[in-house]
Amino acid sequence: MQQYPRRMVTIVTEAVLERALIAELEALGVRGFTITDARGKGSRGTRQSDWGQAGNIRVEVICDPALADRIADRVRERFYDHYAMILFMQDVGVLRSDKF
Amino acid sequence: MLNLDPVILFFLLGAFAGLARAELRLPAAIYDFVSTLLLLAIGLKGGVELARAGEGVPALELTALLALGFGLPLPAFLAARYLGRLSRPDAASLAAHYGSVSVGTFAVLIGHLATQGIAYEARAPVWVVVLEVPAILAGILLARGLGANVAWKPLLRELLLGRSIVLLLGGLAIGWLSGPDGTASIQPLFFGLFKGILALFLLEMGLIAATQLGSLRRNAVFLVLFGVLMPLFGAVVGALLGRALGLSVGGITVLATLAASASYIAAPTAMRTAVPEANPALSLTASLAVTFPFNIIVGIPLYQRLASAIAAF
Repeated sequence: MQQYPRRMVTIVTEAVLERALIAELEALGVRGFTITDARGKGSRGTRQSDWGQAGNIRVEVICDPALADRIADRVRERFYDHYAMILFMQDVGVLRSDKF
Repeated sequence: MLNLDPVILFFLLGAFAGLARAELRLPAAIYDFVSTLLLLAIGLKGGVELARAGEGVPALELTALLALGFGLPLPAFLAARYLGRLSRPDAASLAAHYGSVSVGTFAVLIGHLATQGIAYEARAPVWVVVLEVPAILAGILLARGLGANVAWKPLLRELLLGRSIVLLLGGLAIGWLSGPDGTASIQPLFFGLFKGILALFLLEMGLIAATQLGSLRRNAVFLVLFGVLMPLFGAVVGALLGRALGLSVGGITVLATLAASASYIAAPTAMRTAVPEANPALSLTASLAVTFPFNIIVGIPLYQRLASAIAAF
């Protein structure tokens, strides 16, 4: 089965940022994303998901490498200073090249 | 004798379970459901009473409450900035939390007043709505100064369409439109079960408060002092304003409690977006882990006595 190479960008951050983050992604031309509730521990402390306010979200975007870099730049510039956030990317293969 | 309302004991149970790290956690959906029920019940009750009494909300009262909401953050800010030596964003954020109100505290107060058989103005839920937002705006201005570079439009939208405001006003409207007879069929859920729902809510609040207590490290002494003294100051201001507006003893108690309470839902979210450099744990810990327990256990009975004293004066 033919696979097409793409990048998956994963962002784990504070739930309060959801709206602002999605607005940024869409402004950059992202066509689709997946959001899940998350909890864990990092340099800014433990974050529980059992209380909506203090929870974390994990946002995943699959796109071409150029857009992935633009996302990383934009997100770092706008959110890294003051918010609990990590971003990483990995190479993935997709079956429908027109979708991502 | 320990004269505590059982719902307070539920709070203590939650706090104990949280501190002891017991295997107890309610799913987020339960908290959402329970708080939705409380907000709707408070709104409905106010709406039904308004329909029954046919009273309105005096414009002078609304203006005075807006002024209270905008004004209360200022002394809080000065205390936090100069006595607590917090940074300007931290002090402003703390001030916004303490100027705004806690619907959870209001719910406990309503349960308390109902148990004691003390009447209060039916329009009290409107006071909650009016007092929620102005302090948050004042806090943002204190952090940023006038002419600040803040995206006001999405922020105001988020604030005015926040869950508590939509559900409180929605409940008020439904209660007012349907009246006492129209709401008879839904009263068992919203009015009959009110104290039980409140008990569940407080169990969860106890857990949350205990978890939050863990972040009380830096500025601990100041935050505990502030979390107790600022509510007392707010209560006196609220009670005096209530007296000046000619409210009943129950009404003065409500206004004193509202002025004493600190927001832990609307203010944290708004400040996180508008003043991101403020440390969110600082304000939330003071509000949730110090002031909320203080208000529901010690504060409310105290404010009730204060209200009787000021009303008789």
